[in-house]
Amino acid sequence: MSILVQPDTKILIQGITGSFGGQHANLSLEYGTQVVAGVTPGKGGQLFADKVPVFNSVKEAVAETGATVSAVFVPPPFAAEAILEAVDAEVELVVAITEGIPVMDMMRVAAKMKESSTRLIGPNCPGIVTPGEGPQSSGGCRIGIAPGYIHKKGSVGVVSRSGTLTYEAVWQTTQLGLGQSTCIGIGGDPINGTSHLDILKLFNEDPETESIIMIGEIGGDAEEEAAAWAKEHCNKPIAAFIAGATAPPGRRMGHAGAIISGGKGTAAAKKEALLDAGIAVAQTPSEMGSTLAKIL
Amino acid sequence: MNIHEYQAKELFAKFGVPTPEGKVAETAADARAIAAEIGGQVVIKAQVHAGGRGKGTFKNGFQGGVHLSGDADEIAGLADKMIGQTLVTHQTGETGKVVNKVMVAQAVDIEKEYYLAVLMDREGRCPVIVASQEGGVNIEEVAEKTPEKILRSAIDPLAGLQENQIHEISAQLGFQDEIATQFAGLLDALYNLFLSCDCSMVEINPLVTTPDGKLLALDAKFGFDDNALYRQPEIAAMRDTSEEDPREVAASEYDLNYIGLDGNIACLVNGAGLAMATMDIIKYYGGEPANFLDVGGGASEEQVTNAFKIILADTNVKGILVNIFGGIMDCDVIAQGIVAACKQVDLGIPLIVRLEGNNVEAGKETLSRSGVNLIAADDLADAAQKAVTAIAA
Repeated sequence: MSILVQPDTKILIQGITGSFGGQHANLSLEYGTQVVAGVTPGKGGQLFADKVPVFNSVKEAVAETGATVSAVFVPPPFAAEAILEAVDAEVELVVAITEGIPVMDMMRVAAKMKESSTRLIGPNCPGIVTPGEGPQSSGGCRIGIAPGYIHKKGSVGVVSRSGTLTYEAVWQTTQLGLGQSTCIGIGGDPINGTSHLDILKLFNEDPETESIIMIGEIGGDAEEEAAAWAKEHCNKPIAAFIAGATAPPGRRMGHAGAIISGGKGTAAAKKEALLDAGIAVAQTPSEMGSTLAKIL
Repeated sequence: MNIHEYQAKELFAKFGVPTPEGKVAETAADARAIAAEIGGQVVIKAQVHAGGRGKGTFKNGFQGGVHLSGDADEIAGLADKMIGQTLVTHQTGETGKVVNKVMVAQAVDIEKEYYLAVLMDREGRCPVIVASQEGGVNIEEVAEKTPEKILRSAIDPLAGLQENQIHEISAQLGFQDEIATQFAGLLDALYNLFLSCDCSMVEINPLVTTPDGKLLALDAKFGFDDNALYRQPEIAAMRDTSEEDPREVAASEYDLNYIGLDGNIACLVNGAGLAMATMDIIKYYGGEPANFLDVGGGASEEQVTNAFKIILADTNVKGILVNIFGGIMDCDVIAQGIVAACKQVDLGIPLIVRLEGNNVEAGKETLSRSGVNLIAADDLADAAQKAVTAIAA
C-alpha cells in the first residue's frame, strides 16, 4: 500500500508560481503525480502549465479540488506561515521543502501543531516519493525535488535526513531489483515535523514494505530513539547508514541539524545504538543497498 | 557565528542583563582612559574567539591574556603587550589568534559563582533554562560527575517564561530577598534577549553575586541561529572575519557551504548528507578529507569555478574529488562547469570525478571530449579509492 501518499493522492503546491516551485511542479506532473492545485496569494485565477488552477489560499484550493496534501515551496521568511496556513486548512499532510527556516519559527510551528491532526514532514527535506508502475517508476506520487526515474516500485521503505544520500540508497535498491514502497526525506533541520521513529512505525504496519533503509547523520538523537524502538517492536529487517563520522565537533555541516554539540550526537554513538538494536550498519554510503540485501 | 566578549556585553547592556562596567579598546591610550574612567581595580582581557585566554601565552613571550591592575598606566602597558600580538590558548591551536582589541572592565569581588544558560532543546522543541550553583567551572564536567546539581526548566514556546518558573529556579539557586528580585529581572531579560536575537544558546558562566549585594554576568558565550541572520542585521554585523578560517571566509563570499579541515583530498559534492558521506568514505579508504563542500542544487559554472579556486588556494590539497548525484541538477551542467573551471585555473593536481543521475551520459561525454586531465569513477567507493591512490602516486 505504501505509506502516506499513493499514486492517486491529490497534491497542492504552495509557491507554485515561484521558479523553484514551478520547476518541481512540472517534474511532478511529468512523473504522473496528481498535482491538482497551486497556491500563491495574489495569483488566484491563474492556470499553471495550462492545467493546474492557482488559488489565493489553501482553504480555497482544498475546497475546490479536494487536495489532501500540501507541498510548501515558499522562501524561508514566509515558510512557517505557509505551513500554518495549510494546517489551519486541515490538510492531512504538509511536506515542507524549504531550507533555511529560522529554528524559532519551527519551534512555534511545532507548538501550534500539537493539537492538530495534520502531519508535517520536513522542513529542509527532499520530500516523498511513492513509485508508480510505469516506465522508470512513473505514475507514482512525487512530492518535492527527488528525481523520479531513479525509483522502482518495490518493497524497501527508505527514511532519511539527507536528500542526495537518499537518492544513492534508492538507486542502489533499484539496481538490486528490490525497489521501494515509499521514500521519505524527513529533512536536515534540528526541529522538524516527523522523526525516523514516526516513519519506522508506519513502515512496520505497511504490508507493501518488507524491509527498511534508515539514513541518518550527526546531531540530535533521532536515530538512537528509532533504534531503541525498533529493537523491541520492528518486525522487518533494517539497514542503516550514518553520515558524519569525520565531521569536526561543534560545526554545522551544511544541514542546520547536523552538529555535534557538547559531545552529543556523534556518528559513532548512533552506530553503536543501531548495532545494539540488531540493525545492520553500512560502512560506506555505496553499500547501503548491499548491506540490506545481505540480511534479507 | 561567534562574537567577541565585548559584543556579548553590548547585547547584555541593550537588553538589561547586568554586567560589570567596561568598554572595548583598540589602543593602549584608550585602555588607559577606560581604566581611569572606571577607577579602582580593573581587568584587561584580550578579545579573541576562543577560551582559555587567562592561561594562554603570546608569541612575543608575554604570559596570559587576562590581567588585573589598579593602575591606569599599568593597564596601558599591558594593552601594549597584547594589541597586535598573537595569543595561543588551548583552544586556538598552535597558530593562535591575533588580538586586535582588549576589553577593560571593573574587577569585581566575587561572593559566589553560578551557571545560567538558555538553550534551544531540539528534542523538546522548546527553549530550556539550565542553571546550577556550580558556576565558574566546566559545566560538562558537572553534568557528568554531579548531574543532580544542574537544574533544567523547559519553557513553553507559546506561553513563555512563567513567574512560578522564575521563582522555582531562583529558589533552587538559593537566592533570596534583594538578590532574588535582581535574578527575576535578569532571567526575564536574558530570555527576552534569547528570543529577540534568534539565539541557539546564551551561556553565562559565571553569574556572580558580589559582597555588596549585586548580581552580575561576568562572562557570556553566544550561539546564533544561522538561518535567522537574514532578520538579525545587527547581529550579522558583529561578525569578525579575521577570527575565521580564511578559506571559509572566501567561500562564504561566493555563497558556498564550505568547512575547512586538515586533510589533502578536497571534495565538491551536491547535498550536505552526501558531502559528509564523501568525507567519511575518503577516510574509510585511508585518505584525509581537506574540506566539506556542499554546492547544493544550483551549481552553476561560476560556482564550480569559484569552488575550485578556493580548494586550490589551500596548499594542503593534493587532489580533488567531485561527487555529484544529479537529481534535478543536470550532470552535463556540472561537467561543463568543471571543464570551464579547468580552463580558468591551473589544476596541476589529480581530479577524480564521479557523476551519477540526471543526464549522466551527456555529462560523461562532455568530460571525456574536453581534454581535461581527469580520472573518471563509477561509484562512490571507486571514486574514493581512486582519489587516495592518485595522490599517493
